Amino acid sequence: MKLKTLMLMTGAAVAITPMAVAQDMADSMTIVSWGGAYQNSQQKAYAEPYMEMHPEVDIVWDESSNEAVAKLRAMNEAGNITWDLVDVVASDAIRLCDEGLAMEIDPDDLLAEAPDGTSAEDDFGDLLVSDCFIPQIVYSTTFGYRTDMVPEGVEPPDDICDVWDLETYPGQRSLEKRPINNMEWALLCDGVAKDEIYDVLETPEGQDRALAKLDEIKDEVVWWSAGADTPQLLADGEIFMGSTYNGRLFSVIEEQDQPVGMMWDAQVFDLDGWIIPAGLPEDRLARVKDFVNFATDTQRLADQAAYISYGPARKSSAPLVGEHAELGIPMGPHMPTAPENSENIFVYNYEFWADYRDDIDAKFQAWLAQ
Amino acid sequence: MSKLSSTGEQTADAPTPEDAFHESATLEGRDKEPPHGSGEGGPVLAADGTPLKRSLQRALRREKLRALGLIAPLLIFVLVTFIAPIADMLFRSVENQIVSDTLPETTATLQSWDSAGDDLPPEAVFEALYYDLFLASEAKRHTRLGTRLNYEETGLSSLFRSTGRSLDDYGELFQDVLEDHDEIWESAGFWYEMMGTTGDEPGQPELIEAQRDRLEALTGERQTGEIGFVPAAAIGEVLPRTADAYAAFAAYAALEDGDTVAEEEPWEAVFAALASDLRRDGAAEAIAGYDGDGAEELQAALEQAVPEFPETTYREFFLEEDEDWGSLDAWGTIQAYSPSFTPGYFLNAVDLELTADGVSAKPEGQQIYVLLFQRTLFMSLVIMGSCVLLGYPVAYLLSNLPMRVSNLLMILVLLPFWTSLLVRTSAWKVLLQQQGVINDILVWLGLVADDARLVMINNQFGTIVAMTHILLPFMILPLYSVMKTIPPSYVRAAKSLGATPWTSFWRVYFPQSIPGIGAGCILVFILAIGYYITPELVGGTTGTFISNRIAYHISSSLNWGLAAALGTILLAVVLILYWVYDKIVGIDNVSLG
Repeated sequence: MKLKTLMLMTGAAVAITPMAVAQDMADSMTIVSWGGAYQNSQQKAYAEPYMEMHPEVDIVWDESSNEAVAKLRAMNEAGNITWDLVDVVASDAIRLCDEGLAMEIDPDDLLAEAPDGTSAEDDFGDLLVSDCFIPQIVYSTTFGYRTDMVPEGVEPPDDICDVWDLETYPGQRSLEKRPINNMEWALLCDGVAKDEIYDVLETPEGQDRALAKLDEIKDEVVWWSAGADTPQLLADGEIFMGSTYNGRLFSVIEEQDQPVGMMWDAQVFDLDGWIIPAGLPEDRLARVKDFVNFATDTQRLADQAAYISYGPARKSSAPLVGEHAELGIPMGPHMPTAPENSENIFVYNYEFWADYRDDIDAKFQAWLAQ
Repeated sequence: MSKLSSTGEQTADAPTPEDAFHESATLEGRDKEPPHGSGEGGPVLAADGTPLKRSLQRALRREKLRALGLIAPLLIFVLVTFIAPIADMLFRSVENQIVSDTLPETTATLQSWDSAGDDLPPEAVFEALYYDLFLASEAKRHTRLGTRLNYEETGLSSLFRSTGRSLDDYGELFQDVLEDHDEIWESAGFWYEMMGTTGDEPGQPELIEAQRDRLEALTGERQTGEIGFVPAAAIGEVLPRTADAYAAFAAYAALEDGDTVAEEEPWEAVFAALASDLRRDGAAEAIAGYDGDGAEELQAALEQAVPEFPETTYREFFLEEDEDWGSLDAWGTIQAYSPSFTPGYFLNAVDLELTADGVSAKPEGQQIYVLLFQRTLFMSLVIMGSCVLLGYPVAYLLSNLPMRVSNLLMILVLLPFWTSLLVRTSAWKVLLQQQGVINDILVWLGLVADDARLVMINNQFGTIVAMTHILLPFMILPLYSVMKTIPPSYVRAAKSLGATPWTSFWRVYFPQSIPGIGAGCILVFILAIGYYITPELVGGTTGTFISNRIAYHISSSLNWGLAAALGTILLAVVLILYWVYDKIVGIDNVSLG
């Protein structure tokens, strides 16, 4: 009798809980992302499976990640947050956290454990660079070059300093129109040891030194501000080599079959992930938490790699990375985190650039305008 | 071009000077009739007996009100959605309340510090900073201030962020000693009773209200909830710093966290404050004379715990946490940006900077805005000029060709006008780039060597070409509408009187088309000066405008104050040029059709 009551109660509780939870959650969710192939990979890997499980949920996508910080600040000032989940790069997540615009999270509380029981905090490890940031992928900024424009009898470029070697590798380059990454590469090729780069870059002399190094190729550089620029310039044959995000280059090489090669040397790792805007109402917050827990579990992050060549942020996802969903090629070797690609890497120095961004950017822009 | 007979036909329908003469004659006749009820020399009266002047005024006023009522929806719409946001945005260019809102006590005590000397601010400033920063970091506002000050002095962003994380450590030094001696210091209830009053003792409600105001300044929201704590006056005299710190804690716990003050253990800052109060000169006498709640415990703490307190000061704590707190520049910046309003953003916008020693020029390598303003003006003028050169003949053709041909031409003018801006800009990229259509043709024709292809994009030339194309319709349309109204007979008349084609164009036709040129120039120039996306895409490094920097500061660096200052200057420049234009050409000589 007693046992039966208990079973009945448990059964009732099990039956009631999902309903009760469902009632507390909003049925609509606005997710902000970057658009293009990246957003597509998120839709395929996270959103569609989630909507299959929860048919009542309606997900609206907003392609505003590029201006997410400014727009969130404006929304916050207006007191009307219309976004539920925002995809941003780690440096933006840090700024949003600093400004109090993103919600602080407890990874172990919010995020799923790895299948082997490792806590989320350990599974993400060092990638939790801010108290508000939920990492999704590791991407890198690296170089692609035209294989058909490599002069005859010369090895293809495999060293970051080949960017500066205009004699061996003639042709234009494209670099991002901001100091971040370019200054580091310049100092590295000016003979500064890798672990001293930020000590040098802190000083005005070091900044001038980096700009002087960039001066050597300034006339041959096309400056880009949108991630699609370099792939387009490569495809048009406008440039010999240029920096961009590794996923864009993968798409040029494998999906569009252009004569372009990857140069992984001194690639700069950066992170992209979610933040939850601060001040969401209860029901929307509950829905977002539920979605984030699902979308950042080990399997979902590994699934995303089938659509785009960015490395999953969880350690436990790496062994699960399989083949490209359409091309059927193994994705492992195309990941920036693959051992043969990551022999010489940089990691975006968030702390340094949070401090020096305004100052060095002013110098960099003044240098550009001269 | 045309025959004399056809000219005669046309003038038959047109109004002639004789018509005007007849009309004015009939008008004069009407005036001569005596008006109703007019007396000799008295005021002219209307039909109802009121003076005509007043009656007319009343009628006019009614008319005006009705007109105002008609445009009211538009006027309100424009005010609310256009003028007000712009005014708000421009206001940010001088607003700087964040420093004094976040660090009110620090900025007040820092006033008397001499930034030109070699000494760091006195201990009192560091003490004030500790409590200001503690509250700010609880409210997560210290990083926002760090971001703000980092625009002026590199490194302050991480200074505030990292210091905010370790503020607890200083309070814990004293908290540990106190709690080791007597566990009662861990009790939230004991603290609450000691610091507060239940009503029979005199209280200091103004202390807690001050904290409420402070929280409002800090978070931007007025919390009206009950705090459930009234500071006692007696303890406030004995332990002034502690009373302040506890009131700050109580207000925050109750209003922001929604906790019950009596159940919460006070912040580490309260322990730090207690330590300061116990070690201050005259503390022993004050506590000996105090007999309220916690008198015994305070006496015990004074005798036993205080000698064991670590020998440290606020200043030592800050300098240990980060040596940058010992930087005179950092303190100079905080002092220079203490006032609620600052000229700093405007100075930055013209390559100057506000330092502790006054205004000085930015380092040479960082001067960019004056150059960009000049470039923006120069390129806008060039674009405007090339629009006139290209647009004038097109508009002339449009207004003089037969209807069927001119309609076709009009469609050709309007077609790109209806095409997306981005598409047109990208099309220019395809045409002008080094592997692009134009270069390919030139190489194929043998005019240009394959390894010396022309650089026509990602520089000023590319921007001028693309923007001239994009803005051309804004020049052609007003020109066309003005030229359409110039009677062809005038030129024919000039020719028939012996003028050469050039003279008849230059002396007769051109002066009549000037209002169209004026309107087109104003349109094109003002549009060009604020252009942003085309220079960004095809401007490279030498073809970018000031608006690209404004966009950068709005969306990337989040330095909205500087963006607002740059925008205000740009607006002022446009208004001044408009005024100059009005003085030289006269705004009445502008016709939009």
